Amino acid sequence: MSVLLDRHTRVICQGFTGKQGSFHSEQMIAYGTSFVGGVTPGKGGQRHLERPVFDSVADAVEQEGAEATVIFVPPRFAADAIVEAANAGIKLICCITEGIPVQDMLRVKQQIANMDCTLIGPNCPGIITPGEAKIGIMPGHIHLPGRIGVISRSGTLTYEAVAQLTSTGLGQSTCIGMGGDPIHGMDFIDALRLFKDDDQTEGVVMIGEIGGSDEEHAAAYIRDHFSKPVVAFIAGATAPKGKRMGHAGAIISGGKGTAEAKFIALETAGVAIEHNPTLLGKRMLALLD
Amino acid sequence: MNIHEYQAKALLAEFSVPVPKGIVAMSVAEAVAAATSLAGDIWVVKAQIHAGGRGKAGGVRLCRSLQEVELAADALLGSILITKQTGEAGKQVNRLYIEEGLDIDREFYLSLLVDRETESIAFVVSPAGGMDIEQVAADTPDQIMTVKIADDTVSVSESGGMAAKLGLGSDQLEAFHTLASNVHRMFRQTDAAMLELNPLLLTQSGQLIALDAKFVLDDNALYRQPAIAELRDLDEEDPRETEASRFGLNYIALDGHIGCRVNGAGLAMASMDIIQLKGGKPANFLDVGGGVTVDAVCEAFKLLFSDEHVKAVLVNIFGGIVRCDIIANGLLEAIKTHPMRVPVVMRLVGTNEKEGRAIVKDAGLDVRWAEDLDQAAEFAVAAAQREQASLSRCAVDQSDQTGRGLT
Repeated sequence: MSVLLDRHTRVICQGFTGKQGSFHSEQMIAYGTSFVGGVTPGKGGQRHLERPVFDSVADAVEQEGAEATVIFVPPRFAADAIVEAANAGIKLICCITEGIPVQDMLRVKQQIANMDCTLIGPNCPGIITPGEAKIGIMPGHIHLPGRIGVISRSGTLTYEAVAQLTSTGLGQSTCIGMGGDPIHGMDFIDALRLFKDDDQTEGVVMIGEIGGSDEEHAAAYIRDHFSKPVVAFIAGATAPKGKRMGHAGAIISGGKGTAEAKFIALETAGVAIEHNPTLLGKRMLALLD
Repeated sequence: MNIHEYQAKALLAEFSVPVPKGIVAMSVAEAVAAATSLAGDIWVVKAQIHAGGRGKAGGVRLCRSLQEVELAADALLGSILITKQTGEAGKQVNRLYIEEGLDIDREFYLSLLVDRETESIAFVVSPAGGMDIEQVAADTPDQIMTVKIADDTVSVSESGGMAAKLGLGSDQLEAFHTLASNVHRMFRQTDAAMLELNPLLLTQSGQLIALDAKFVLDDNALYRQPAIAELRDLDEEDPRETEASRFGLNYIALDGHIGCRVNGAGLAMASMDIIQLKGGKPANFLDVGGGVTVDAVCEAFKLLFSDEHVKAVLVNIFGGIVRCDIIANGLLEAIKTHPMRVPVVMRLVGTNEKEGRAIVKDAGLDVRWAEDLDQAAEFAVAAAQREQASLSRCAVDQSDQTGRGLT
């Protein structure tokens, strides 16, 4: 088993014929994803990467039974793209786009609040179930089907953790990049809930960063509801206050959201915290043995 | 993006939020002329810098005559103001705002922000106005009220709750509701990330007025707020950060010695963290995003090589979208004009890793290769320490030659 995504999940891409959309769709297809087509308004009826192009997500759902989407459309149109996918009945929406205005995301979250869909991102690398399928931009070859769930706010730092889990032979069940924006879809708790019920997942590597309080909430959830081993790293222990560290959400404001506070919350909840980001794989291996 | 107080007040006025009468001045003569044209016999001369805590640092001066205005303007213009938020280096005052003086009855705190917890726009209000709100939150959290705005507009019950917290009388309820509605409307229409009135003033004649204002624009919305984007004041920014932003790089200057050159915000932060863990100090945060070009990479290296604080450079690339050959070519391009004057440690992994390494090796560059981030950080810290040690030896040698050496 895995969570959210496997080789049978029927995936489309919004922003399919653009440069990013084309490049990464090709990679997703090469990885073995059930990639059934894409959406670019105005280009419906054409073919791209030997797949059909649709004018709307609704058309893709109706004609190809699309269940999941990956969004590469530019920031100014991305919020509407998410809502369009949700309205069309897509269950798993993965938004890669970076730079969506935060108030647009407030609106999106309101609009999809009561709909039956899972949003991952925006500003995220996506989701991968190694050996099965990938939706997003992560390099597929560094992954190994295996026992550990990965949930992270950072893209490249996730690859770092994944590579360690691969070299220790532990592998990954599913890796989810929740993204670096302050207002986003799936959070740590949503992912932990899924990993909790997934037999394949024996432990979880969690990668947080400064800003907000998602990690503190996750700590409370782990303390009360999660018994599998968790290894956690928080990026930004050396980040200055009040500065936005690349990600829109990675900022210590009003003295809140420091790495130290997050490490403490997680440690108190029984999580194995690791201050050296290169030791996550080894730490997990030691916990499972 | 931050803007100045006077610019924020002009925006507030556009949205019918009461602000004191004021005029911006770039010189002493302009300051005196401004005071002359404002009615009354009491003025406030305020330094315009992008940092809070100006009052305590002496950047806000009450003046009771034109002569005092002249003296205050002369003292402030060109001076370096060091406040709680500027850091030790402080900020140079280039602009002043001359305002009419007001009779103060009470001061409140009011701000709006995008609340990550409730995923909504929220007000934060406190009867403890004009103070450092972080301190108020730490010392007397019961003095602070956060109100999530559920709908597209502020409801009467929401504004009523806040007015009660502020201790406003029933005769001010309507004025407060109008003010709250207007700042909320402004927040939405201007793509604000933060709007703060501290203090919001109640005058002796019972008028609510924004005595100070801070406005932060959501950088992601710059494209659709061209009028506000034009208010950007480059004098207020670190020139290196400005230069970096021209090439789409995220650069933040820090006070250490190891220059970092990483792809991805999380990995860039983690690289800083591990440098510290190994006993070094990072000189910067530098995230070269996903869609990098040779030009941008080149620019990133130039920034590092031209920074005299940098004693060693750590290149840490885990290429997903980023291709290692682009990084290598960017380095080659940079050293044409900016020689590699400090040791460079490279860790290149991921897309086109072999090509990237080959490009650097073929060019005969003297870089130290690391297999992983842990090793890379160790090498970089050791290299920076050696470099600093040899620098201090040089300093001693030189002073020996001039006869003022250690005896």
